[in-house]
Amino acid sequence: MKYTEEHEWLREEDGVMVVGITAHAAEQLGDVVFVELPEVGDTVSKDDEIVVIESVKAASDILAPLDGEVVEVNEAIVDEPSKVNDDPEGEAWFFKLKVSDASPMDDYMDEAGYKAFIG
Amino acid sequence: MADLLRTPLYDLHVTLGARMVAFAGYEMPVQYPLGVMKEHLHTRARAGLFDVSHMGQVILRGADPAGALERLVPVAIKSLAEGRQRYALFTDDEGGILDDLMVANRGDHLFLVVNAACKQADIAHLRAGLPECEVDVITDRALIALQGPAAEEALAQIAPEVAEMRFMDVAVMETAYGQLWVTRSGYTGEDGFEVSVPEAQARAFAEALLAMDEVEAIGLGARDSLRLEAGLCLYGNDIDTTTSPVEAALEWAVQKVRRTGGQREGGFPGARRILAEFRKGAGRRRVGLLPQGRAPMRAGTELFAAEDADEPIGQITSGAYGPSIEAPVSMGYVTTPHARTGTELFGEVRGKRHPVTVADMPFRPSTYKR
Repeated sequence: MKYTEEHEWLREEDGVMVVGITAHAAEQLGDVVFVELPEVGDTVSKDDEIVVIESVKAASDILAPLDGEVVEVNEAIVDEPSKVNDDPEGEAWFFKLKVSDASPMDDYMDEAGYKAFIG
Repeated sequence: MADLLRTPLYDLHVTLGARMVAFAGYEMPVQYPLGVMKEHLHTRARAGLFDVSHMGQVILRGADPAGALERLVPVAIKSLAEGRQRYALFTDDEGGILDDLMVANRGDHLFLVVNAACKQADIAHLRAGLPECEVDVITDRALIALQGPAAEEALAQIAPEVAEMRFMDVAVMETAYGQLWVTRSGYTGEDGFEVSVPEAQARAFAEALLAMDEVEAIGLGARDSLRLEAGLCLYGNDIDTTTSPVEAALEWAVQKVRRTGGQREGGFPGARRILAEFRKGAGRRRVGLLPQGRAPMRAGTELFAAEDADEPIGQITSGAYGPSIEAPVSMGYVTTPHARTGTELFGEVRGKRHPVTVADMPFRPSTYKR
């Protein structure tokens, strides 16, 4: 598992990258009430705003962590946004990317690095 | 957080694990570990305790404080019976709203509760406008709201007399926590109370309530979603000096006796404009808005009469997810031809227009004990 400074986690699974938000991010956001996901088949570039999350407090964006193609999205969190608070690093993943350029992975943090980052 | 004030309950909030934020110059709890959603739902189901000590408590004395205050508010204060409270507005010379407040008649004086962000200006405004009155700012009392269907049962364990009060009554009672100034009112759409308690006893009073099963501490986050579902204005968002009472759909706060043809017609700042709007209507109006999709439409969202219209016809001033409605809810201003309940409009969120319907407020029936 790798982590971005934008509080996303990335986990490689069957040749695609599964992306979600960290438990720390979910806690900071508060109760999530709305999620808008990209379309399957969308080609995205690193740092594109591809997900919108609205919590009881505010709207925030999730950026594409890598270049690639969206191959699957988790409709379950659209139907039931509270899953993002219940299981952010498991069941409530956001999207899966077929990565075209994995080089930014080297800059992302491991778990120890992320823990230090959030203090 | 430097230079921020703290209420007498600050230490309690920290002990309870609240997340503290800056609000109106104070360090206030935005939420507790329960979280905004559960805090909201708990208040509707049982009882929520809110620290509102940042608000201004003011006592107005004089030969005729009610008659004097009527010079600053378009509200009937002289006919406010002893032991009763009423919602009021300070208006300015242009007919805009300087603040909204609660006024209680406590016999030989009036007790006012004003918004935290406006309190210094309000106090100056009272002193300048009512030189014959004594304006006492109460700084040695906390203000604690207890709201929800179990509020009466909880507070009655400390002060049994509260069970006899009706919505908008005010009473003074001697308790184990000193003299309480209690009103049966609030800012959630629920039955409940606001209690002014001596600073020294405030923490023990709050802890006694929180020790009861039915009571949870509730932060500013849930306070906002509760008042929004109840259709209540937040000063600074939904009303301010650019909005008049008629535009803000607050006609009910201006009693007939202060309107054209009434016995005490006019005589308040901005009367010319405000009374004209009563006769002819205003160009825009505050309305409830129900987004048809699931995305909240928040303050600042522009409203359009059609999906492809060029010019907006209004703007949302408050919007959030409504936990009890289980859907997003908003309020905002639209031009009067679009203000009718059921009118379909479009709100622009992140560059896309989504349908939103003009709706009656409150979004959820209030449960005041009349």
